[in-house]
Amino acid sequence: MAILVLAEHDNDSLKPSTLHTVTAAKKIEEKIGEAEVHVLVMGEKVEAVAKASAHIDGVSKVFLADAPHLAAQTAEALALQTGQHLNASNYSHILAPATTFGKNLAPRIAAQLDVPQVSGISMILDAHTFVRPIYAGNALATVQCEARGVVVLTVLSTSFDAAGTTDTSAAIEPVNKVVPDTSGVRLVGRQLSSSEKIELTSARVVVSGGRGLQKAENFKLLEDLAAKLHAAVGASRAAVDAGYVPNDYQVGQTGKIVAPDLYIAVGISGAIQHLAGMRDSKVIVAINKDPDAPIFQIADYGLVGDALAILPQLTEQL
Amino acid sequence: MKILVPIKRVVDYTVKVRVKPDGSGVDLNNVKMSMNPFDEIGVEEAIRLKERGIASEVVVVSLGSGACQETIRTALAMGADRGVLVETDLELQPLGIARLLKALVLKEQPQLVILGKQAIDDDSNQTGQMLAGLLNWPQGTFASKLEIADGRATVTREVDGGLETLELPLPAVITTDLRLNEPRYTTLPNIMKAKRRPLDVLQVADLPAEAVPSIKTLKVQPPQPRKPGIRVSSVEELVRKLREEAKVI
Repeated sequence: MAILVLAEHDNDSLKPSTLHTVTAAKKIEEKIGEAEVHVLVMGEKVEAVAKASAHIDGVSKVFLADAPHLAAQTAEALALQTGQHLNASNYSHILAPATTFGKNLAPRIAAQLDVPQVSGISMILDAHTFVRPIYAGNALATVQCEARGVVVLTVLSTSFDAAGTTDTSAAIEPVNKVVPDTSGVRLVGRQLSSSEKIELTSARVVVSGGRGLQKAENFKLLEDLAAKLHAAVGASRAAVDAGYVPNDYQVGQTGKIVAPDLYIAVGISGAIQHLAGMRDSKVIVAINKDPDAPIFQIADYGLVGDALAILPQLTEQL
Repeated sequence: MKILVPIKRVVDYTVKVRVKPDGSGVDLNNVKMSMNPFDEIGVEEAIRLKERGIASEVVVVSLGSGACQETIRTALAMGADRGVLVETDLELQPLGIARLLKALVLKEQPQLVILGKQAIDDDSNQTGQMLAGLLNWPQGTFASKLEIADGRATVTREVDGGLETLELPLPAVITTDLRLNEPRYTTLPNIMKAKRRPLDVLQVADLPAEAVPSIKTLKVQPPQPRKPGIRVSSVEELVRKLREEAKVI
């Protein structure tokens, strides 16, 4: 028996979310015993990604599906290819990161196998029993899958440490067959944020702004602070809705879930759905002019005052 | 072109849910229920496609108890043409819902199914992708922009790190993200009008699909509370605390 991890990558490099997912796979492996962790890399010209996967600690085999039609990594093509690989091998579990990559792909695979999926697991109790947050993290459900059939999971990166890397490389094998995609889906284009930007979900420090920043230009003050702290910049849904920043800045139930060492919430009131995305941060700082803002209830350090006045002072003193 | 919009009745997004002391779930007694916000965006998008002359009929469907009729009426008051309730007291899970929806799709023959990307109660984010997988239709998930022309959907998707645009041949499944549109408010005259729109009630047994839940919820607990924090009175004090006490900078 083996456990399969679907690698998230951009054809050039492996995303850290894959490392967190491998850790979850290893935890399941410990519960089952006598299992192996395999990684499936699908894309075009993904040799470097496959090599990086083969050096993840705990991975015993990497399968590679390399073809031009996999370059765009559409759910349609990847689900078919994963299905083909599953026919050829025997897996007890399939894991993908609970990122937009995994969220898009994993349920399609589960449906094609006619098995359920458990989304966004935060804890593994045994090979079929998992804990996952529901209601925006206001409750934790312990759920159990039936023992028959493949178990499909997506994994919250914030709940599992990144797997380490080793000098020794696991074997890399091509998949037994590359299946063509007949869906007719075409990638028109991508507009990705600049690569210099620190990724929210893997940053050690996150500074987020809310409606209290009042306008888009004031996010510059937040960026100055972020630059000083080598932090990623996030935002509340209110700030995104107000058009201050693009949606991919959004931290919360429907945006990104982060758990950095330090989270600084500036001008964020603390709506339930925002708290769901950052409540597991190690240290939370809240800066808000409203002393009754709910964000203060979960903050380790609260400072009441005008965010626009405080931000430059804070940047200067760090 | 017919559009099918599945909608879910959930705890209103403004409600802070409480876990029941016996750990069997969250307390839904006397709690305000509403249409899942992402589904509302789906209804709005379908109605706009009809207003632009691209869609000919918008059918909303909800699955669950009789109370879902209220949610369907809300969608009809927004401007949907017709409602279907698949009535059941069974606990429904994404795979079961996707199977029932597939059966309904085969019956109704829509060209487009628009769903919310996730429901704000179980936060699964599965049903749309599963439906697309079962139907073997293309999927455009987490859409922030949707255009339909020449039998194809052009979908801009919100992905980690930015946006991605895909072109899908119809029929297709779309799931909505927050920025796709801002749903309209229902007005009293439209609410009155909605009462006369057709709402068919089916039983789960009427559809050729298996919907028995296969994942068991063993218990539900509140999250660990955070230990109470402190207020600092100045930027200097904050910086000092972060350096010397929390040691995070």
